Amino acid sequence: MTGVELLNWARGPGLQIALVVFIVGVAIRFIEMWLLGKSPDFAEARGSAAAGGWRTLFTRSLPMPGALKRAPLVFLGGYVFHIGFFITFLFYAPHILFLRAVTGFSWPALPAYLIDVIGLVSIAALVAVLVHRLTDPVRRFLSRTGDYVAWAATFLPLLTGYFAYHRLVTDYTTMLALHVLSFELLLVLIPLTKLMHTFTFAVSRWYNGAIAGRKGVKV
Amino acid sequence: MHEPETLGDVLAKRGVSRRGFLKYCATLASLMALPPSVAAQMADKLTRATRQSVIYLSFQECTGCLESLSRTHSPTLEGLLFDLISLDYQETLLAAAGHAAEEARANAMRANSGKFVLMVDGAIPLKDGGVYSTIAGRTNIEILKEAVPHAAAVIAVGTCSSFGGLPHANPNPTGAVSVGTLMEKGLIERKPLINVSGCPPIPVVISGVVAHFLTLGTLPELDGYGRPKVFFGDTIHDRCYRRPFYDQGKFAKTFDDEGARNGWCLYELGCKGPTTYNACATAKWNGGVSFPIESGHGCLGCSEPDFWDAGSFYAPLPAPRAPLSAAAGAAIAVGVAAGAAVGLAGLYKRKKAQQAHTKLTVDDLETEKKP
Ligand code: SF4
Repeated sequence: MTGVELLNWARGPGLQIALVVFIVGVAIRFIEMWLLGKSPDFAEARGSAAAGGWRTLFTRSLPMPGALKRAPLVFLGGYVFHIGFFITFLFYAPHILFLRAVTGFSWPALPAYLIDVIGLVSIAALVAVLVHRLTDPVRRFLSRTGDYVAWAATFLPLLTGYFAYHRLVTDYTTMLALHVLSFELLLVLIPLTKLMHTFTFAVSRWYNGAIAGRKGVKV
Repeated sequence: MHEPETLGDVLAKRGVSRRGFLKYCATLASLMALPPSVAAQMADKLTRATRQSVIYLSFQECTGCLESLSRTHSPTLEGLLFDLISLDYQETLLAAAGHAAEEARANAMRANSGKFVLMVDGAIPLKDGGVYSTIAGRTNIEILKEAVPHAAAVIAVGTCSSFGGLPHANPNPTGAVSVGTLMEKGLIERKPLINVSGCPPIPVVISGVVAHFLTLGTLPELDGYGRPKVFFGDTIHDRCYRRPFYDQGKFAKTFDDEGARNGWCLYELGCKGPTTYNACATAKWNGGVSFPIESGHGCLGCSEPDFWDAGSFYAPLPAPRAPLSAAAGAAIAVGVAAGAAVGLAGLYKRKKAQQAHTKLTVDDLETEKKP
């Protein structure tokens, strides 16, 4: 298969398949959670669950006090690659054109050289957290195959994107095809792995506050 | 028997000065990234060479490639191509017709067996025995099978003979394939093959390849698609004069907006320059006048395989090739149904577990204590 054929497949059937798996998978997981839900709480509410929920949704996204001192690498690496990943994904001009074609919405892009730097920093941060995971005995003990799969699925779109942008390793067309395919792999793996936290993080953060809020406790 | 006419004789007859010819060779050498010193050797060698016999076969094609080659106004570089070669058979340009033409081809093949360059223009249909394109009652594949073994080398002129091109586009009703595919499948003999893709290809690329063959006796270095690297080594995007605008994020949004008038990048209007390897941005067209992007239209990607099947020419490169809404809609419906099924199954399981649950009493604990 040539680079062009690969790119045509990735931009055509490949994307359709990945999108269908992604939507079906995410829908199943959300509806299942919602249907199973939590058991009814018959106690009289002492405070507002919603208010508590919204509060923790926000506060739990902020750095935990003392975290930087306790685990500087995880703290910095984690924030840097998450933020970097979303900036490159959402603010690189060609990505916006893709999202516009899919969703109909568009917004201004950041200059390509800035995206380039942010991409590289994100790659470095991801490598750092992987090295830490492999060298720290506790983290290594706790890690399962799924964790490494999730790491690779996040890493590959950044790496292939960087290679394509700089015309490295192979011709641009083939690298671009690999980049699109790696994004499709990420889409497929989101509902199947811990990467589901892309969506569920909000639910769990909300829940933590909502349970406490109902009991009239501020967390 | 008279001495075979050398290229020098032909040039002298045409009134081309040695100086003019040297200039031509210098330009060719620089285009092919050869050192300037080669130009003199090239001129010398070419002047003494007899003209290269060329047989040009046209199959499923539109004659655009030949137009590109022949519609040049002397004394341009490409015009000289016809002085470098002796075009022994080309249906469109041949004065003879019918049996006489076919005889000319047979004669040229016999006289120059093992030495002539075979240029092939157009894809070759294989479906239903190849009946979709025949010449003098013979299928393209038959003609090719006969000619290739006698050729010194094959030049696939244009995207159709290089990669299948338009006839090969989905759904490819005639089963059209490229010359390279035929060689890979073992349907014709393997010979040195150069793909000069483009719809049409740039004329100077053809003359460059022929000049290279005549002077050095070898084929130029080829890329992964069998194209001469000197001309197909960079993408249009790499050499595009609008590139600074791309890097600054300045894009024309329509063909007549402010951005278009300012000459901004055409990426959002569907330019396929980033994935297209060709020399348009440097060699240019119409005697060096301009190239498509310079006249305000994005690159179509015509020198790449399957460029007809890469989605709309006016959709930006990152856009999906086909709309996703139908698939997404179906996926939502399936996802909701499947989620409901999985959730209800879970609820049922929970209910069953609750029903099967028996309460532990003090007596049970007592019995447990007893050994
Ligand atoms: S016009 Fe096309 S080739 Fe030129 S810079 Fe823009 S995208 Fe690249």
